[in-house]
Amino acid sequence: MAEERRQKQCSVVLPTESMKAMAESVGVGQLQEDSCVALSEEVSYRIKEIAQDALKFMHHGKRRKLTTSDIDNALKLKNVEPLYGFQSQEFIPFRFASGGGRELHFYEEKEVDLSDIINTPLPRVPLDVSLKASKEQQKTESTEPLKVVKPGQEEKGTIQGKGQSTTTPDGKGKEKGLIRLKPRSTHELSVEQQLYYKEITEACVGSCEAKRAEALQSIATDPGLYQMLPRFSTFISEGVRVNVVQNNLALLIYLMRMVKALMDNPTLYLEKYLHELIPAVVTCIVSKQLCLRPDVDNHWALRDFAARLMAQSCKTFSTTTNNIQSRVTKTLTKSLFDDKTQWTTRYGCIAGLAELGADVIKTLILPRLTVEGARIKAVMEGPVVSNIDKIGAEHVQTLLLKHCASVIAKIRPQPDNVEQYRAEYGYLGPMLCSHVVKARTQATLQAQQVNRTTLTITQPRPTLSVSQSGLTGSGGPRTPSIIKVPSSLTLMSPRPGTPSQPSPPATKYIVMGTSAGAASTQQVITLSSSQSASPVTSTVPSATSTLQPLVKLESGGTPGLTASRPLQKYIVVSLPSSASSSLEPKSSVLPTSISSASLDGGIKLERSESPGVSTQSPH
Amino acid sequence: MEHDQFKFIFKMAAVQGGMVDAKDELDIKSEPPSDGFGNSNANDGRLLSSSPGAGTGGTATGNNKPAPGPPEEQQTLLAVLQFLKKSKLAESAEILRREAGLPEDALDPKGTDASGSGPGLAAGSGQVDGVDASSLLSRVTVSSSAAAQAPKKAGEDQPDVSVVLSAYSQQGDPSLYDAYYSGLKRFIESVLDCHRAELSQLFYPLFVHMYLELVYNNNESVAKAFFEKFSGDQECYYEQDLRILSSLTKKEHMKGNETLLDFRTSKFVLRISRDSYQLLKRHLQERQNNQIWNIIQEHLYIDIFDGMPRSKSQIDAMSGSLAGEARREANKAKVFYGLLKEPEIELPLDDEDEEAENEEGKPKKKKPKKDSMGSKSKKQDPNAPLQTRIPLPELKDSDKLDKIMYMKESTKRIRLGSDNLPSICFYTFLNAYQGLTAVDVTDDSSLIAGGFADSTVRVWSVTPKKLRKVKSAADLNLIDKESDDVLERIMDEKTASELKILYGHSGPVYGISFSPDRNYLLSSSEDGTIRLWSLQTFTCLVGYKGHNYPVWDTQFSPYGYYFVSGGHDRVARLWATDHYQPLRIFAGHLADITCTRFHPNSNYVATGSSDRTIRLWDVLNGNCVRIFTGHKGPIHALAFSPNGKFLASGATDGRVLLWDIGHGLMVGELKGHTDTIYSLRFSRDGEILASGSMDNTVRLWDAMKAFDDLETDDFTAATGHIHLQDNSQELLLGTYMTKSTPVLHLHFTRRNLLLAAGAYNP
Repeated sequence: MAEERRQKQCSVVLPTESMKAMAESVGVGQLQEDSCVALSEEVSYRIKEIAQDALKFMHHGKRRKLTTSDIDNALKLKNVEPLYGFQSQEFIPFRFASGGGRELHFYEEKEVDLSDIINTPLPRVPLDVSLKASKEQQKTESTEPLKVVKPGQEEKGTIQGKGQSTTTPDGKGKEKGLIRLKPRSTHELSVEQQLYYKEITEACVGSCEAKRAEALQSIATDPGLYQMLPRFSTFISEGVRVNVVQNNLALLIYLMRMVKALMDNPTLYLEKYLHELIPAVVTCIVSKQLCLRPDVDNHWALRDFAARLMAQSCKTFSTTTNNIQSRVTKTLTKSLFDDKTQWTTRYGCIAGLAELGADVIKTLILPRLTVEGARIKAVMEGPVVSNIDKIGAEHVQTLLLKHCASVIAKIRPQPDNVEQYRAEYGYLGPMLCSHVVKARTQATLQAQQVNRTTLTITQPRPTLSVSQSGLTGSGGPRTPSIIKVPSSLTLMSPRPGTPSQPSPPATKYIVMGTSAGAASTQQVITLSSSQSASPVTSTVPSATSTLQPLVKLESGGTPGLTASRPLQKYIVVSLPSSASSSLEPKSSVLPTSISSASLDGGIKLERSESPGVSTQSPH
Repeated sequence: MEHDQFKFIFKMAAVQGGMVDAKDELDIKSEPPSDGFGNSNANDGRLLSSSPGAGTGGTATGNNKPAPGPPEEQQTLLAVLQFLKKSKLAESAEILRREAGLPEDALDPKGTDASGSGPGLAAGSGQVDGVDASSLLSRVTVSSSAAAQAPKKAGEDQPDVSVVLSAYSQQGDPSLYDAYYSGLKRFIESVLDCHRAELSQLFYPLFVHMYLELVYNNNESVAKAFFEKFSGDQECYYEQDLRILSSLTKKEHMKGNETLLDFRTSKFVLRISRDSYQLLKRHLQERQNNQIWNIIQEHLYIDIFDGMPRSKSQIDAMSGSLAGEARREANKAKVFYGLLKEPEIELPLDDEDEEAENEEGKPKKKKPKKDSMGSKSKKQDPNAPLQTRIPLPELKDSDKLDKIMYMKESTKRIRLGSDNLPSICFYTFLNAYQGLTAVDVTDDSSLIAGGFADSTVRVWSVTPKKLRKVKSAADLNLIDKESDDVLERIMDEKTASELKILYGHSGPVYGISFSPDRNYLLSSSEDGTIRLWSLQTFTCLVGYKGHNYPVWDTQFSPYGYYFVSGGHDRVARLWATDHYQPLRIFAGHLADITCTRFHPNSNYVATGSSDRTIRLWDVLNGNCVRIFTGHKGPIHALAFSPNGKFLASGATDGRVLLWDIGHGLMVGELKGHTDTIYSLRFSRDGEILASGSMDNTVRLWDAMKAFDDLETDDFTAATGHIHLQDNSQELLLGTYMTKSTPVLHLHFTRRNLLLAAGAYNP
């Protein structure tokens, strides 16, 4: 067979007709047949010679395809001017026409409208070269016992699609582009990956804590999990769905830890899987019941943890297009404002909102303090309804005090008057007052430690008392829907005591007036001027909370909260009267279940509600 | 007799510079007979004097002497007489006749007889131009005048083309070539099996030379027929050359064809056992097949050895190169393949890591390790060259620091083996539409550089440390030179980036190499230059011009300062960074030099070539000390083992061959790749050989096992006859596919993590 092919190679020459055609093209007519034959043989030989040289360039260019540039280079070797103009994508530029016995080649020149050229958008700049690392892990350390590669497995490939730390933005851009073009398809997992997935998921929900820690560590650090992400996401989502119904607190905790590990992995981009993950997390925050014995089990810790996860994902993934934070806030606010909501859910809502930051607390929780206070009072002091309710109310109270105190400390000028607090915040006022005082002393201590100059600034300013605009909150630059909540203005008006007080939110008003983009820096100024914690501590309230370790989940009781309880009790006794007692009966009404609704929170989140819904007043 | 013959060949070989001189010698020899109008040229003369067939040589020269009876001299005299008569020089003719003692009537009848036999002969010889005695003579004149013109032509194009080609002027009957060749073929096919394999080696060179002779003498159609008939018989690994030959059908084409020149300027080397050779000689004598004998004499070098004939597989293992096998004596020179003594550097042990390690309770393990390292560096390797054989640059403080870093890293190195394979990290170049042509990684794996077909060189930092330029001269003046962190202060923070692009070449960049101290980068390009770039300022420092044609590869010496380059002009050059002209020129390859590598001790340079050989050159004196043949395609990858003893090479044929440098032997063949191998690398301790290929795979081979299984008995070493076991599958430890990324570069980090690089090719 090779012989036949070679024979062909030997005999292939250009036809004499093409010689004639070429001769004519350069103005030589009437070429004799003999000359044509001689020429064609010579030309064929030279072409073959050049092609063979061009092959060399192809080999050194590490390609399988011969390109025109190879031929150019081969010509250069022979000291021949390369053929220019073959880089063009278009075919031969001239057109052919015949008629009236004449044959004509001509350049086609079209009339071009300049404005068209100017107005057409520029083509996308081709992406620059970028470097991307992907790893074929062998059994090197004991942390990865699952990915042993045996020799001879031919199909095992280094995975191209995974980025490591060296990925440049361009590389990512390209991937995005690809995804946009292709219909989303689930990736096939290799045998090793399937094995890995199985082991990891089993370890995550299994009984061995050491194994789980290792598995979570692997999820949080392994750079090659991209292809398994859809599986993990579905695993978590389904797991939460099932275990909420079965009230399996432990498993829910494990699943949330998986979410945390996934979020910690810098190489994973979770955005496309949030539709599964967020509902799962929200469920763990607000579900009516998360455990079999709500009076004993510490499901509050899970809610706290999930709330921090929620806040973290809002911070990371919320954009103006997906509006995650505003949608989550809306959902939470809605059930918080619902009178029939149970204490567990209520706790979850408040925790979820509180973790979103000081601004959210100020806008959405502080105005509710009176109402919630009344509700708590009704449970605490009223007839004993059930132990569960009481525990719930206690937890809500602790939570409110914990989160609100620091915020109030920042926005309220001194001095802290118990009566004023009571007037403003109702039942919780006195307790808040003591918490705020504590927070302030802590803050000043810290501030002294940090820098003395800040102390000089933190003088109460009388000019601030002018404004009455009240709690015009700002939820940060990303959530415009919260910023323009008009109801908070109306909330202020029924309150009698406010005008006389110096109202610190006025400074916030200024922030709103300037620009949303510079909110963070402005905030520092306002906070320090209202005599609170040092800028360092105040600017990152949520970040510190997310850093809290998992240890909290492991402990059984209510750690750290017991200390404040006697204090609460004392205040409750000493200050029996409350301005908002009319709300008391409402708190005893059992709210509708929110857990079932939040289970399919994916749908809920998809729904776009008008901002007006969230503005409704509870009064 | 035979002894003489080889002496002569040795003499020819001894004339360095190859056949050019030898041919001149021939031409000079051919001059006197043409003066005297003798119809035997120099070659025939030599044949007569040296060949055992000299007695019958008169007949063997074929068409020149149809009459068998009278001795050669008389024949010559008759021809001269005839010429004198024709030229109407009656007196001279008469004197000559008398002096020679020829009979009075001898001239006329003989003369007519000669001219009479001319047409008959022409009829016999077929469609050649009308041959009679006079045309016969004129041809001799033509050829000699062609030879005389040679020096004139030399100036124009290729210096020795016409000289070289003129050797083909002697010609047998074209139509008989077919018969000669098939006769030989029949003979070889009929001999005993043990000889057949050896004698089959003759086919290819004979075929090529006979074909070229036919082409040179303008027998185009005969040549084509000859090619078609016999090209299929040739070994498949000669296919590429045959393809080039097939396009060559005219005498004019031969000028400037490099492949052809290679064939002509170098003798094809065959290694044949004495028995087989005797057999062949006897056959040729019996058949009086002088055409073939001439070719063997003139264009082949037959290396005869005593002992058993080699088997087919043994022959196949070594053949495939453009010029046959290496001569045995070419690989006899002593090579100092040992490593140089490492300079003594105090290794500060007060490092935190090590302390921590000690606390963990492993001080025992630590101590002996250090001792072994120390003793290793103290003992002088008997095979190592003298420390000062090649002057090496002094170690700078920064080099010492780097050495310390290296030692520290190497203590953390993972011990690899067949049961402990390295992890592979693949650096994929995305969007490299302009064509990635070369990649290199620094020894400490902190930088990666890519050469591109669009003439750019791009340098990436793969660590979080970004690339920074040194500040401008004006800014540098403002710096406090006394401060401790002056090295940090001279860097311009504003220029920090992950990627720096170096512009300067005007053609695709085919070779790239970092200096060991990471201060410089070399790049070689299609534009014929090698550029030295500073990685401090990211500017070009020097452009080394010397190669006038594309430079395919370049590499820094492991000790820096020197570098080697090789390219299309078939020579490798050794440079020093501070000299603008090369220090050594290594000439000898018959085709492009495709890759160049420094021996770990910096005393030798290995070059791989398109002529399918690998040569090892001594840097000290520029001699070629090893020639390795056996590859069947252009060699694109070379790698020395870390101990300097072995060399691995990869070629377009997809095979990796392993060589023992000390003995000059092939010691292994690794089959598995299906496309060109572009990258080879030994792990830091030499246990694993990694190969990367165009077939989108990285393969790992058990190098320890491959070298351990060696049987280097004296016989093998002396004869060079190796028995290769086909154990590629056992040695293959793993195959790792990429999606669609040819593997252009491999690199083991100091801790034995394997880095691979290539451009994604959608």
